[in-house]
Amino acid sequence: MNRYLLAALGLGFAAGPALAADGNGAGLLQSQCISCHAITKPESTSLDRLWERKGPDLYYAGSKFNKPWLEKWLQNPVRIRPAGEFYTRHLKAGDKEDVVDESSLTPHPKLSQADAEAAAAALMALVGPADLVSKGAFKGEKVSMAMGGMFFGKLRGCGACHMAKPGFGGSSGAELYTAGERLQGDYIYSYIKNPQRFDPRIWMPTLNLAEPDLQRLTGYILQLSATEAK
Amino acid sequence: MMMNNRQPASLFSVAGLALASCLMLPSANAAAADEQYAKAARNYDTYCVQCHGINRNGRGINSRDMSVQPRDHSDAKGMGSIPDEEIFQVIKEGGLSVNKSVLMPAWGNVMSDEEIRELAAYLRHVCNCGSSK
Ligand code: HEC
Ligand code: HEC
Ligand code: HEC
Repeated sequence: MNRYLLAALGLGFAAGPALAADGNGAGLLQSQCISCHAITKPESTSLDRLWERKGPDLYYAGSKFNKPWLEKWLQNPVRIRPAGEFYTRHLKAGDKEDVVDESSLTPHPKLSQADAEAAAAALMALVGPADLVSKGAFKGEKVSMAMGGMFFGKLRGCGACHMAKPGFGGSSGAELYTAGERLQGDYIYSYIKNPQRFDPRIWMPTLNLAEPDLQRLTGYILQLSATEAK
Repeated sequence: MMMNNRQPASLFSVAGLALASCLMLPSANAAAADEQYAKAARNYDTYCVQCHGINRNGRGINSRDMSVQPRDHSDAKGMGSIPDEEIFQVIKEGGLSVNKSVLMPAWGNVMSDEEIRELAAYLRHVCNCGSSK
């Protein structure tokens, strides 16, 4: 833990100019968030770290999230990972299959509007390594929801770990029915192309998707939230 | 590196282990087995439990809505009918590579061949079954 703390403090200095405009937000991240989130690239990518960390990595938040979503969610955080993070720590055997041990999950800290806006600005400045998310990779074409749904479910098996609508699908990965509001297209594309580039030990495997699959699934996921909102 | 396929079940069951250590019987074997599989068990808890379940019985949290149910790894008969090479292959290359469901994904980009071999050996330990083929 100390190592991350030091690394995080290190960033405060090294990235001084980039964050200076948002001194508030950066300070807030330092004081209230780094106990659970890495805001600089961690030195270790071992399985031990995955088991020890208390929240998802945020060091590439600026290449991942949409700012309006961040501002909103930080004021009113709702569950994104149905089984929390790290899923395997929050399970118990149920009557039929394993279920989430709700008593092991704690609500996420909630920020005031001003703090949420400052934190969101500071997070958007954390773009991560330049080659992590391929800018412009997602071509933005519209996808047939029926076709996308078939690939997401039957053909590529994404639904085993993710929910494309509330209450149906897997619980070990993040829900994706709000992903369009939450995530940038290029991030979705880059993540599903090779999750191990983001974390070599993450429990979503590389599914060896071809380019048309990557475009289609990214488009489908982005369109999901628009359909869900209705 | 296939190992210990034929050890008696009691030695490996949790109850057997606890009992053996309580009575301070020679539990060196069981303890060694525990240690031997510690790394594989942790990989299993990280990557496989989501579908195959904390009790290794195919009832993982994700199994609820899956159209093809994950294999019950504690089932000696079912697991015993799968050859060693197929177990290695299905973990590394995924279900499609052995004409099984796409819902069993490929882990070759996450674990090294050595880790996959250890995991395959661990599955034999869990089902307490050797390969019948
Ligand atoms: C006690 C640990 C803890 C603290 C402190 C904490 N978080 Fe989190 N955070 C989590 C966990 C766990 C999740 C995953 C929640 C989920 O998926 O439902 C999360 C999720 C997030 C996410 C979404 C990440 C993603 O990949 O989906 C953001 C953004 C975030 N936190 C920002 C913050 C900020 C900003 C702070 C400081 C004000 C903070 N967190 C403090 C534990 C924490
Ligand atoms: C074996 C389970 C599993 C399968 C199968 C799987 N995922 Fe994932 N997925 C995960 C996990 C685990 C994460 C990362 C969760 C975290 O950061 O806590 C993830 C993350 C993602 C993310 C990023 C979400 C975010 O909020 O950061 C997207 C997008 C995604 N997956 C899409 C897909 C698509 C599309 C498929 C099918 C081609 C798929 N996944 C198949 C487990 C899975
Ligand atoms: C996303 C869900 C999922 C995950 C994660 C998963 N499996 Fe599976 N697994 C399945 C399904 C579904 C089947 C059944 C396939 C079939 O019968 O067509 C299966 C079958 C198997 C089989 C039997 C293959 C055969 O030839 O019959 C083995 C062995 C196996 N899995 C090992 C593992 C291991 C080891 C892991 C962890 C590294 C793992 N699985 C992770 C879903 C999953």
